[in-house]
Amino acid sequence: MFDWLPYNTLVVLIGVALLGACSGVIGCFAVLGRRALVGDALSHATLPGVGVAYLLAGGKHFAFMLVGGFVSGLLGIGVLAILKRFTRIRDDAAIAIVLSTFYGGGIVLATLIQQLPRGGQAGWDTFIYGQSTGIVWDDVQWILALVLATLVVVGLLFKEFKLVAFDSAFAHVQGWPDRVIDFAMMLLLLVVVVTGLPAVGVLLMAAMLIVPASAARFWTYRLSHMLFLAAAIGSGSGVAGTLLSSFVPRPTLPLGPCIILFTALSFITSLLFAPERGLLARFYARRRDRIALLADLRASKETL
Amino acid sequence: MSYFALTELEIHRAILTIAVAAVCSVSCALLGCFLLLKRMSMLGDAIGHGVLPGIAVAFLVTGQLTSFSTLLGAMAFGVLTSVLSESLAASNVIAEDSSLGVVYTSMFALGVVLISTLARYVDLDTNCVFMGHLVFVSSNTFDGFAILGFEIPKAFPTMLLTLVLAVGFITVFWKELKLVAFDPNLALSMGYSPKLVNYLLTALIAGTTVSAFEAVGLILVLAVLIVPGASAHLLTDRLAPMLIWSAVFAVSASIIGYFAATRSAYALDISGMIAVVLGVQFALVVLFAPRHGLIAKWWRNLLLSVRIAEEEILATLFRAEEAGVAVYSLALKDHGLSSWVIGYAHRKLIQGGLLATSEIGLPTLTETGRRTARNLVRSHRLWESYAGAVLDVPADHVHSIAARIEHYIGPELQDELATTLDQPPNDPHGKSIPPK
Repeated sequence: MFDWLPYNTLVVLIGVALLGACSGVIGCFAVLGRRALVGDALSHATLPGVGVAYLLAGGKHFAFMLVGGFVSGLLGIGVLAILKRFTRIRDDAAIAIVLSTFYGGGIVLATLIQQLPRGGQAGWDTFIYGQSTGIVWDDVQWILALVLATLVVVGLLFKEFKLVAFDSAFAHVQGWPDRVIDFAMMLLLLVVVVTGLPAVGVLLMAAMLIVPASAARFWTYRLSHMLFLAAAIGSGSGVAGTLLSSFVPRPTLPLGPCIILFTALSFITSLLFAPERGLLARFYARRRDRIALLADLRASKETL
Repeated sequence: MSYFALTELEIHRAILTIAVAAVCSVSCALLGCFLLLKRMSMLGDAIGHGVLPGIAVAFLVTGQLTSFSTLLGAMAFGVLTSVLSESLAASNVIAEDSSLGVVYTSMFALGVVLISTLARYVDLDTNCVFMGHLVFVSSNTFDGFAILGFEIPKAFPTMLLTLVLAVGFITVFWKELKLVAFDPNLALSMGYSPKLVNYLLTALIAGTTVSAFEAVGLILVLAVLIVPGASAHLLTDRLAPMLIWSAVFAVSASIIGYFAATRSAYALDISGMIAVVLGVQFALVVLFAPRHGLIAKWWRNLLLSVRIAEEEILATLFRAEEAGVAVYSLALKDHGLSSWVIGYAHRKLIQGGLLATSEIGLPTLTETGRRTARNLVRSHRLWESYAGAVLDVPADHVHSIAARIEHYIGPELQDELATTLDQPPNDPHGKSIPPK
């Protein structure tokens, strides 16, 4: 059935599509909860942990590096929480601080690893820039497990996530454990980031969380619809980006940025053409109102 | 001593690198303070990523990679990134942070794709953009020129110019910047346009970011825009000292970071290390800042809870004396005070001569203690009367309010309450209000 598609490309395609769906869903809660850039901060915050894990393991040990990344991501979440709760540093500054200092630490460790006698920064670049073409069938199985786990958690905690994302103060007043729910949401975000990072890289991970969800926001007022739409946009862009980068022979286009460009395309389409909130719809609505108003004025003038 | 023994070449190199890093850092840190105050901290990050297509476009238009055309192209796209995300946020469908994220990630992707299609024609190393040339400033392959026999790195004059521009801008627009940073609506109503100042600031940040990029790399630019300002913000409440503190943090981090990176067994990345040092400085400030630091806050809370515990013990004993009953335990559970704090307060009261232990081992008030306690109960009952008479609080609700407020009523307020209420003899529960 997929004869026209090389096996490797097919594997990458499935992996990226699953990842796109997953980050689209989680991204919706991040975007609605006004913490779209937390994903960016967390994906940078994983780097020092990856480096430390590399040093401890004495070489490239993939699972260990992922655990390292997860732990330092948790540390990042902790710093964000402490700054928010106990200091007057605001959210945006806290995100910038975590992002830049953790990333700086990661770079320092990278130059250290480069100079180790056994040498090589094998597997390091993978985390910063991503290596989607390196996705193998084993990874796809992991990503599939992740997608299912995420969907189960989102399904179980749908009401709680919805409440906290839209109005965490109300959730608090109603007696919900809003901090715990918030933490669960952050944890889910971190799991998605850590899983996706080696495949798509730091920056694409941030884009996959923010852009599909923001595009979906234009089409609907219902969270459930938004989740499905964002998942569809995420995986659709993944598929389109993979096809573009694998079927354009020259110049060789990097996969990650190709995927972001397709999500961006879907965003621009939504911005322009979405009914009711799209720019065109707004333009016509305003014109219709103006014409109606003019007609009213004219009519009232005649009656006078 | 050998650790700090430097050869002449090393000293020369250190001075040059630190000078470039420090000048970059100070101009970023000063402008970054305003981003921080305007809650736009991630704008630096966005501009930093958004300039990438500008570099590619500049190459496409001019056919070469000169620093001037690159700077112009990058600046144009930096400003474009900020304008696009601002107008996207103004459409009110998605929040500011999301619109910023959408714009800069897309811009960045566009840049990477453009550059990789150009990669056949030009050697444009994306790595270089992110890591910066600070390594090269300090390496042997030195890119610079000589003035009076003293070698100057190429990046230095550009950076000095941006610093002068930044300082000049802040001096000229001091009043406007301050207004816009703290209260944009007031600025608008007073006839200053926050938009104009905003755009000037954005353009300047874009220019500084782009020229700093080439010298120190994206990571350090991001860190140095926000982290020194955040540290300074925890140390002072005034704008001018905040700017000075941020410059101090930026310069000291440049110096410490340089030596931490180069004086170890490995040659570590200097920019990354400066970012780490900035992070460490910030962590120290968060912990130890005199007013806004965690330890200072915790200490103030502890002192307050000890004082409240002391006053609660005294008041409890006074009320017991009044009712003619004995007090066997000072648990005070309903006040949310830990037993440790109560125990400490108890010991402090005995040491201060306010509390004594009776023959059968029960706590009793001394004469001084009774006077303090009476004063406290007076405050409590006056406030109950005030809440009942003036604030129309029902009598069964006044106690809990007064129990919280009694600890903060000073002598003047007490007198004022008594005068306002015409020296009432009893509180709403019918208990007598003790004299002063």
